Amino acid sequence: MTLQDQSFQPQALFNVAKLPTSRRAFLKAGAAAGGGLLLTLTVPLLVKAAAGAASAGASTLNAYVTIAADNSVTIMSKNPEIGQGIKTMLPMLIAEELDVAWSQVRIDQAPLDAAKYGRQFAGGSQATPLNWEPCRRAGAAARQMLIAAAAAQWNVPASECTTSEGRVLHQSSGRSVTYGAVAERASTLPVPDLAKVAVKDPKNYTIIGRSTPGYDSPKVVKGEPLFGIDHEVPGMLYAVFQKCPVFGGKVVTANVNDLKKMTGVRDAFVVEGGSDLHGLMPGVAIVADSWWRASKAREKLEVTWDEGATAAQSSAGFAKQAAAFRGQAPQNSLRNDGDVAAALSSAAQVVEADYHYPFIAHAPLEPMNCTAHVEGVKVTLWAPTQNPGPGRTLVAKTLGLDESKVIVNMTRCGGGFGRRLDSDFMAEAAWISKVAGAPVKLVWNRTDDMQHDFYRPAGWHFFKAGLDADGKLIAWQQHFVSFGKNGNYARSANMESTIFPAGRVPNLSMGVSLMPLGVPTGPLRAPGSNALAFVFQSFIDELAHKAGKDPLQFQIDLLGKPEMLPGRGAGFHTGRARGVMEKVREVSGWGQRKLPERTGMGVAFYYSHLGYFAEVVEAAVGNDGQIKINKVWAVGDVGSHVINPTAAENMAQGGVLDGLGEALNQKITIDKGRVVEANFDSFQPLRLTQAAPVEVHFVTTDNPPTGLGEPPLPPAIPALCNAIFAATGKRIRSLPIDTALLKA
Amino acid sequence: MHYALTINGKSHDVDVDADTPLLWVLRDAVKLKGTKFGCGAGLCGACTVHIGGQAVRACQTAVSDVGNHAVTTIEGIGETAVGARLQKAWLAVDVVQCGYCQAGQIMTAAALLTQNKSPSDADIDAAMDGNICRCATYSRIRQAIKQAASGADFGANGQPRKGA
Repeated sequence: MTLQDQSFQPQALFNVAKLPTSRRAFLKAGAAAGGGLLLTLTVPLLVKAAAGAASAGASTLNAYVTIAADNSVTIMSKNPEIGQGIKTMLPMLIAEELDVAWSQVRIDQAPLDAAKYGRQFAGGSQATPLNWEPCRRAGAAARQMLIAAAAAQWNVPASECTTSEGRVLHQSSGRSVTYGAVAERASTLPVPDLAKVAVKDPKNYTIIGRSTPGYDSPKVVKGEPLFGIDHEVPGMLYAVFQKCPVFGGKVVTANVNDLKKMTGVRDAFVVEGGSDLHGLMPGVAIVADSWWRASKAREKLEVTWDEGATAAQSSAGFAKQAAAFRGQAPQNSLRNDGDVAAALSSAAQVVEADYHYPFIAHAPLEPMNCTAHVEGVKVTLWAPTQNPGPGRTLVAKTLGLDESKVIVNMTRCGGGFGRRLDSDFMAEAAWISKVAGAPVKLVWNRTDDMQHDFYRPAGWHFFKAGLDADGKLIAWQQHFVSFGKNGNYARSANMESTIFPAGRVPNLSMGVSLMPLGVPTGPLRAPGSNALAFVFQSFIDELAHKAGKDPLQFQIDLLGKPEMLPGRGAGFHTGRARGVMEKVREVSGWGQRKLPERTGMGVAFYYSHLGYFAEVVEAAVGNDGQIKINKVWAVGDVGSHVINPTAAENMAQGGVLDGLGEALNQKITIDKGRVVEANFDSFQPLRLTQAAPVEVHFVTTDNPPTGLGEPPLPPAIPALCNAIFAATGKRIRSLPIDTALLKA
Repeated sequence: MHYALTINGKSHDVDVDADTPLLWVLRDAVKLKGTKFGCGAGLCGACTVHIGGQAVRACQTAVSDVGNHAVTTIEGIGETAVGARLQKAWLAVDVVQCGYCQAGQIMTAAALLTQNKSPSDADIDAAMDGNICRCATYSRIRQAIKQAASGADFGANGQPRKGA
């Protein structure tokens, strides 16, 4: 049996083992061109249409750009804002090539419209690589139209005209005109071929590469209503929805008639739902005139559940099954280079280690919510979603409506981390509005959120590796125990066979065994990588120590000569990995400082979501086992430009700290088919007192710019665990870190 | 039950159940959406408001317990000198990622700076550890509090800070 890589599915955006064909072609072109400018455009050509923002006296040049007579420029931001700074960053690309001053720019959230904007989503750190070319060219195209309009007005050749800060200039005659004054004329001109419009020489950039604060931050700090949960519709009711605590369970009976008598309750009903854990599941809806009253009624809710088969599953049971796989050959082979068995038998040293990481939740701070208004055959939704297109599809399917009758308004999201790539909450809100016959705001409480997530799957890795007499890695054997059935992984439970050191060890085997899982899983920030970096980069660190080598140098030696190896996107470039490792060695003072007793430095790198990050953690471990992280150094290579440096630093710091929070604090426990943890007491994101300073550096390389939502996170976890080993001699092979094992 | 509340200097008459948390009164009855729901259990700090100048978790405060005390929310804190300085510092430092927790962070910080004009790192730790930032913008939160406390001139609203 061969394992099938997960093909591209809109519902599973960034846990894909294979990227979509067009994307791969796009990147391949980039590599072939030596990382220079790309002419392949992966969004539909610009569609001329009246933008929503167009007001009287404003002219729309293309789907992104509208210019008013007063020379203010409104730019549409196509993707959902989840805190990644996209609402500021994508318009920066357009404004740069449009050649306007940032102070002229107003930004509006674009509507969901694939014809105008192509795919609109927040996931997989894909916004930068997918939009770097198209957004700049949309700006350049609008600029070309404005030049053409001014040139026609002056009766001079367009080639004699230049632009600066929102004006067209004709140097030889000394004339100039604002964009606003020629925008109407420009809007009547044909849209140029995006592939042929002239773009700036990067050395002339005035916006790309300049720190630009978050566009909506002035509203955020005043508490203005920007988020999904803040949306109001006249006549709106409030809903809560109780699903079976056991995943996949169904309602047998519920005391809805009692609840209907309670103060403020307008309706209470059983939702039959289906069996797709990503869609509308069975449960009980309570609709009231306030969310508080709906919640109070829920306390009186009595349901008899048919819990179903998943009630037999538990974390303890999974661990037992995984342990049983340990002594067996893997069910499926992922890769087999050389002769691992022979190399292990001839090795000077054989190193064995078992690694494990638990399920974890996303827990964005804004709980799942959605406001829906079903009116006959039409439904309008206001949703904090990362993935509005598939959300619309799910709602249409759930209500039996045509997709054209489902209007999705994207709101700002109070965090995403991958949770809002799923659209279950949208289907629930739409269904409840339909049955209640009123606009409804569904708001989950924190326990709903924590106990009905799509979890980062747990995993087990059994390693055996061989070092020769010189400490060189000659054999690598890895048995991954994960979840799935019939040769298909559960969502985000997959492992690629190209992860370093694959390709650099002459004898290497990777295999996987799968156990069935009734718990829904899904992509969590840096899916796959957030767990696999810990496993791979910790075990390599173990091997470096066994070999008696400096761990950082050991990895550099193993990376070898700079070249492209097979991997995500265009592949994994050993030279780029080496570049960030060399830089982090320098900035962290690796090996240069005498550290106190029980203080150590650890290093790790990882290639994820097209970005390269190397990180060093310095940590002190008290005699009581408590860990204090003194400092983190993070070095990234995300290509030729860091588009918005202030946001990039913020995102890198947040990603590193998020990873450290997972390592220090986080575990979701399954017991009897349900989640034990219920709130931020038992499942904790990193808190301020745990937040170490994170010093961020970027090295730029001649590669197309790529995203930052994910790549900074994965190496933070093994860098911390490796620092703990350096400080204490204790190897962390299971997460979250058990400080009881670290006592002096 | 009718309650007369003073919120951000204005009086509001609300008709809600006595056990309704102030959070939901603010959000759904008074329609001030800046105060956020994060956990409903006093564990995350997203709902922090001031009652009589003290930082409290609005999700854990029944409307019947507010009494005659003045309530200040994120929508009103900019009217105070400390609140305005904090909001300005938050923008100058470019703290925000998703922004969902930031109202609660600013309200907690405002209570801290009102009581302690020049907080140490330990003071900031003690005051702010109850406020979760899921995006982990903590180092910038710390920096913005210090900047607001120092009374430094932050320059224009949203002035770019030194890049990474």
